[in-house]
Amino acid sequence: MSETKKFMYINRRPPYGTVYPLEGLEVVLIGAAFEQDVCMAFISDGVFQLKQGQDTIESGMKNFSPTYRALGDYEVTRIYVERESLEERGLTEADLMPLTWEDEDDDWAEKPSIQIVSRTQLSDLLEEQDVVFNF
Amino acid sequence: MLHTVNKSSFESASLKICLGLAKSGSDILLIEDGVYGALAGTIHATMLAEATSAVSVYALGPDLKARGLPEDRLISGIKVVGYDGFVELACANDKVQSWL
Amino acid sequence: MKLAVMVNEGPYTHQASDTAYNFIVAALAAGHEIFRVFFYHDGVNNGTRLSTPPQDDRHIVNRWSELSKAHDLDLVVCVAAAQRRGIVDPDEAKRNGKDSDNIAPGFRISGLGQLIEAGIQADRLLVFGD
Repeated sequence: MSETKKFMYINRRPPYGTVYPLEGLEVVLIGAAFEQDVCMAFISDGVFQLKQGQDTIESGMKNFSPTYRALGDYEVTRIYVERESLEERGLTEADLMPLTWEDEDDDWAEKPSIQIVSRTQLSDLLEEQDVVFNF
Repeated sequence: MLHTVNKSSFESASLKICLGLAKSGSDILLIEDGVYGALAGTIHATMLAEATSAVSVYALGPDLKARGLPEDRLISGIKVVGYDGFVELACANDKVQSWL
Repeated sequence: MKLAVMVNEGPYTHQASDTAYNFIVAALAAGHEIFRVFFYHDGVNNGTRLSTPPQDDRHIVNRWSELSKAHDLDLVVCVAAAQRRGIVDPDEAKRNGKDSDNIAPGFRISGLGQLIEAGIQADRLLVFGD
């Protein structure tokens, strides 16, 4: 594949109520092998996917929240979270899982993957993309 | 960018979120249950009517007809297109964002 | 133009499969190429051979099979989503120890890479879902 496209995976739904977040994550991980310019956006209820402390034992569902921590290893290093969506839901960045990636150009320094952005910034980012998925 | 919205504004925040993120000059196409958003005189109509100054809003004709919504009951400024128009909008814009 | 389509919901429960089908028919009529139709999430259920809808309603699965045949379309059902939901071709049946298969004509089962490739190769990707 000669060209690189900008891919954005938009996540708007909370986890467990539907399968979309889980199967959406599977697309992102498979997609990582194609070496495109990839980022993820979490808006609306999608911000709940990144909530710390998910314990699914009593519900019998698969806890797939640890998978988000692997995104850095798959070179998904830009994870945009919409500030307004957090605020509307009474959440702060401290409620989210601390997702990181290792920068090989900076002596493998561990850096945060999550960037809290405003709705306006997200709108600008969306405009820049070539391909957008919604889960 | 072409944005499509397929949910009724009475059921879902999709149209509101779409309008919050769509840039001026975008095209917005209401399809499936999203066409209910095109109805004039509803509690959500003002939101879309105000947006028509910045974005072009379309509604998919077959979906309006299926739901018994005549064109003369739509918010002023909304254009009705068929599937051929949907295809044209998809090709005329650089990408399509589906607000599911 | 080269168009790619993603269908995220199964037949009848949501309008997604209908809208995708009608869009594709219009696109073909306008002379565009459909690079691939990728079925994901419950969209894989569009690929079952065993659907018997009422006689007075559209046959969504058969419609896809016929369109695929008439226009040589590449209808791809995601293997991971298909395994979860029980959409099986003869190879998958053998691989997973199932006593039969149910994939409809014109569909093939393959990986998520086919979706990513479609996003890269096509000029436009459209997603139809809930």
